[in-house]
Amino acid sequence: MRRSALHLIPHAVLILAILLFALPIWIAIAGSTQDSAAIARGEVSLVPNFDGLGVYRDVLLDGSAGAGPVWRALLVSAGMALAIAFGKIALSLPSAYAVTFFRFPFRMTAFWLIFLTLMLPVEVRLIPTFQVMSSLDLINSFTGLTIPLIASATATLLFRQTFLAIPDELVEAARMDGAGPLRFLRDIVIPVSGANIAALFVILFVYGWNQYLWPLLVATDPKLDTVVIGIVKMIGVDTATEWNKVMATAVLALIPPVAVVLLMQRWFLKGLTEGDK
Amino acid sequence: MAGLKLDGLRKSFGANEILKGVDLTLADGEMLVIVGASGCGKSTLLRLVAGLETPTGGRILIDGRDVTQADPSARDIAMVFQNYALYPHMSVYENMAYGLKIRGLRKAEIRAKVDAASSLLGLDALLDRKPRQLSGGQRQRVAMGRAIVRDPKLFLFDEPLSNLDAKLRVQMRGEIRRLQRRLKVTSLYVTHDQVEAMTLGDRLLVMHQGVPVQLATPTEIFERPADTYVAGFIGSPAMNLLPGLMRRNGTAIAVDDSEFALGPQRYALPDGHPVFLGIRPEHVALAADGMAWPVEVVELLGSEMLVHATRPGGATLTLRTPNAPTGGPAMGETIRVAFPAERIHVFDRDSGRRIEPA
Repeated sequence: MRRSALHLIPHAVLILAILLFALPIWIAIAGSTQDSAAIARGEVSLVPNFDGLGVYRDVLLDGSAGAGPVWRALLVSAGMALAIAFGKIALSLPSAYAVTFFRFPFRMTAFWLIFLTLMLPVEVRLIPTFQVMSSLDLINSFTGLTIPLIASATATLLFRQTFLAIPDELVEAARMDGAGPLRFLRDIVIPVSGANIAALFVILFVYGWNQYLWPLLVATDPKLDTVVIGIVKMIGVDTATEWNKVMATAVLALIPPVAVVLLMQRWFLKGLTEGDK
Repeated sequence: MAGLKLDGLRKSFGANEILKGVDLTLADGEMLVIVGASGCGKSTLLRLVAGLETPTGGRILIDGRDVTQADPSARDIAMVFQNYALYPHMSVYENMAYGLKIRGLRKAEIRAKVDAASSLLGLDALLDRKPRQLSGGQRQRVAMGRAIVRDPKLFLFDEPLSNLDAKLRVQMRGEIRRLQRRLKVTSLYVTHDQVEAMTLGDRLLVMHQGVPVQLATPTEIFERPADTYVAGFIGSPAMNLLPGLMRRNGTAIAVDDSEFALGPQRYALPDGHPVFLGIRPEHVALAADGMAWPVEVVELLGSEMLVHATRPGGATLTLRTPNAPTGGPAMGETIRVAFPAERIHVFDRDSGRRIEPA
């Protein structure tokens, strides 16, 4: 009896945590199908009203007062998140490869310079970065939206750690087999680090998707509104906010990152179990 | 097929000199085993030959061609690593084919070579597996297959058996020997295991602190070790080295209060010259009128036993003797031993060098 009672405690804690985590999401889902005025009065029913599902069609195609259709915002967000994730990986793979496997003058200096940029995220260098983008005439462009977010050290650091874990003997075996640096990167380093690249992709995609401050600043053209910006714009100051539409957009904004996590989870679980060690 | 020649090969890491000049010539098809304790420079020597390190001085010639500065892939050599170093994401087939693919061989040619090597090594059924699905012995075989398909001028083995369990090690040892004989590829094999060294090598190179101490056949090294280091390193349990003084005009050695005759020949050493009397544990004989040694420990090894005895002065002696049904010497007893004259090795006590009779 004592044992089973003790067993229940962790379960109870877990269930409580799940409820705490899932309830707001559920409220958003349920709330999106209900009457906007009722939500504004604080009368959100936890039971979804299936007749109200049309709101998803409305926001996707028409949007809401103050914001354009959500399908375009989703597209901008997806484009930005993908560009940031791929861009960062494409940039950090070679730089981490260089500082890990090659001896060149000021190798550690280069590494520390990259490392230092970790302490200067976009939020800190907001004004100068905006100035640079403005001088380059990149305000209100997709390039201006993504480039400053691509340049960062996080991925380089993570890749360096991954590469350091590749055994020296593997590097030497490849050298004896006659693999040149690019071949070694393509045939050995990238496949061996597949799981880490996948994991990093997930993190970077979510990071890119959730960007708020920089898009708000650099893109004033409504066509370049991300879905996160779109949600904020829907919450009007003087007009009556259509809360069901806000919640529907929030739910829609939630789907892509969750999908990426679920999709890639299978991938990196595979990668983790297929590792040699 | 080709030979290997090392010419005054030296390597330092900073101020730390690891290899202090190695000269070595390997005949075509010969298997030379480099043996020594960890840190003796044997692995560094192998890595220099492989081209994974650059020598501080000296030259390396493979098949008469100076490859001292050449890239590893340009040396036409193959190496088997201690941890196998198989590419974890490639199948057995891909692992063996990778080097050939880089060399730009045609698909059919690669297929033929890999098939030949895999049937030679009994890997046919495993070609589609990934390294993680293989046992240690199988991985080792794949690593050797990867070396064989390249058809190199020189094989390098870097302690290839140390990650295997004892039984598999014996089996793979035999396989490597058979394979090397059959392929007749000049081979350099590094190990710290003296049994491996004795059984595998046509010749042995014993290294100590970056210096080659003795280069000879296994039999020669066992029977006539060049100095006390080799004497202690090759043979298990190690040779007994008893401090003694030369006596009777170079025909006997005194150890404590006992004297041991050295047989017909005499040694050109003055009486009183400090020497080590070397005698292998299996050559120590029990004799009723011999030197008295109090027994400290007795180890039973099944068919035989090891008796460790210590003199009051601190000198120790190990004796290896068949396990007698009546029970041999016991702890606390005193045994009396004799050293047959033809089995005694004499070493200079200061330099440690072997001394031959005049």
